[in-house]
Amino acid sequence: MKQPLRFTVNGEERALFVDTRATLIEALRDGLGLAGTKEGCSNGNCGACTVSLDGKPVLACLVLAVEAQGSQVATIEGLARDGRLDPLQRAFIAEGGLQCGFCTPGLLMLARSFLDQHPRPTEREIRAAISGNLCRCTGYDKIVRAIQRAARSQPAAGAAAGS
Amino acid sequence: MRAFDYRAPTTLTEVLALLAQAKGEVRPLVGGTDLIPQLREGRKRPALVLDLKRIPDLGRLEYDPDMGLRIGAAVTCSAVAAHPQVRRHYAALAQAAALVGSRAIQNRASIGGNICNASPSADTVPPLLCLSARAFVAGGRGQREVELERFFQGPGKTILAKDELLVEVVVPPPAKRSASCYLRFTPRAEMDIAVAGVAALIVLDGGRQCQEARLALAAVAPRPLRVPTAEAALKGRALDAQALEEAGELAAQAAQPITDIRGGAEYRRRLVRVLTRQALEQCLAALQAGQR
Ligand SMILES: Cc1cc2nc3c(=O)[nH]c(=O)nc-3n(C[C@H](O)[C@H](O)[C@H](O)COP(=O)(O)OP(=O)(O)OC[C@H]3O[C@@H](n4cnc5c(N)ncnc54)[C@H](O)[C@@H]3O)c2cc1C
Ligand code: FES
Ligand code: FES
Repeated sequence: MKQPLRFTVNGEERALFVDTRATLIEALRDGLGLAGTKEGCSNGNCGACTVSLDGKPVLACLVLAVEAQGSQVATIEGLARDGRLDPLQRAFIAEGGLQCGFCTPGLLMLARSFLDQHPRPTEREIRAAISGNLCRCTGYDKIVRAIQRAARSQPAAGAAAGS
Repeated sequence: MRAFDYRAPTTLTEVLALLAQAKGEVRPLVGGTDLIPQLREGRKRPALVLDLKRIPDLGRLEYDPDMGLRIGAAVTCSAVAAHPQVRRHYAALAQAAALVGSRAIQNRASIGGNICNASPSADTVPPLLCLSARAFVAGGRGQREVELERFFQGPGKTILAKDELLVEVVVPPPAKRSASCYLRFTPRAEMDIAVAGVAALIVLDGGRQCQEARLALAAVAPRPLRVPTAEAALKGRALDAQALEEAGELAAQAAQPITDIRGGAEYRRRLVRVLTRQALEQCLAALQAGQR
């Protein structure tokens, strides 16, 4: 069964028809051609598909596309602004926080939201926060260092609980 | 996945009408963190998926010193884990909510879904049992209220009739000089399912004497389990090392664990004994630290 879906993706209004069974990641990748978001496990265990839904990181493989009706979605394609990479993206490059890159879009979306809520995290907090994002390549240390570097480079804005 | 219709009503009245009229199976949907994998694997084959998240009342999480805590069926684990009064007055529940999956899971996963999925390993349920939670259910024949303890019938099975849904969970105000704690054992610190879990709640009199104790176990029986034997043994006693050890022993005896991929039955029993003692110790420590 198809239903109309209208939502905002990276600040742009989008409309399409989706099967009620389609997941948000399918709508993004196949419906809108936004293939930056990756699908690894399709069951909530790897975090590769992490996107922001109404300001919070969620797993796009565990959201039906129709659930996003009227919502604001942000994906990795929207992280860089006006051709300038987000400080977190620059930190991943500087620290070598990626190899094959499959986990990277999900990790960046998760870590961006985490740093917005916790501007001065401890290493332990970072490791706990990214525990739902699996990486087969880096061994995590470089990812953690990249997030620490990004944290150092950003102003300590008002922290709030619960991202 | 079999085709299904999807509706997201904005009032409870509409939901109940849709439930009453439905021809085939209807599955309520909140976070989908259990349901969507079940749909994908064909373990659930509803004709209609009913999204409850657009009903404002079901998203309410409210604490009142006289009324206690009301958790609407669509309230997320993130909201519960971050709520200052839940953390203060219902620590075991906040701790359990923060253990469910990962941050991204907690942003979707609801307490109501954790309950209604009725997995024996559901982390938020043992704390709610210790906290004397009551479930409010609505359906074709009106509303009813049940002790959460009576909600579960077995793995994946609840008392809900086909045309019923969980509306909210209500937890009474915390007793004076009480503390609660939830501990689970998993091989991996995060993103894992409990091999065993223990929730404890104690109420002390003026001194170290136990006025009331409640214990509930996860992942060691076909459904979440209270442990009346251990609770009775603790009541009226000074909570010294021996009392805690005995409670652990009684809880281990009450457990009905199975051997599966996550652990052997005997191993689980031993975990229950240790976790029970540790959970009680943490309750005492919290009371000494003057958290409540
Ligand atoms: C990667 C991963 C890790 C996980 N880790 C944990 C963990 O550590 N601990 C844990 O306990 N769980 C864990 N879970 C399971 C799941 O996240 C939780 O059980 C969650 O709380 C379910 O809530 P939900 O809102 O997503 O439920 P949904 O998937 O929306 O619903 C679950 C079931 O309950 C029914 N339902 C939902 N709401 C109602 C209602 N109001 N009335 C009647 N029926 C209803 C649905 O029809 C469905 O059958 C994990 C899941 C994943 C994918
Ligand atoms: S693809 Fe969504 S969590 Fe793995
Ligand atoms: S860089 Fe390859 S999975 Fe992380």
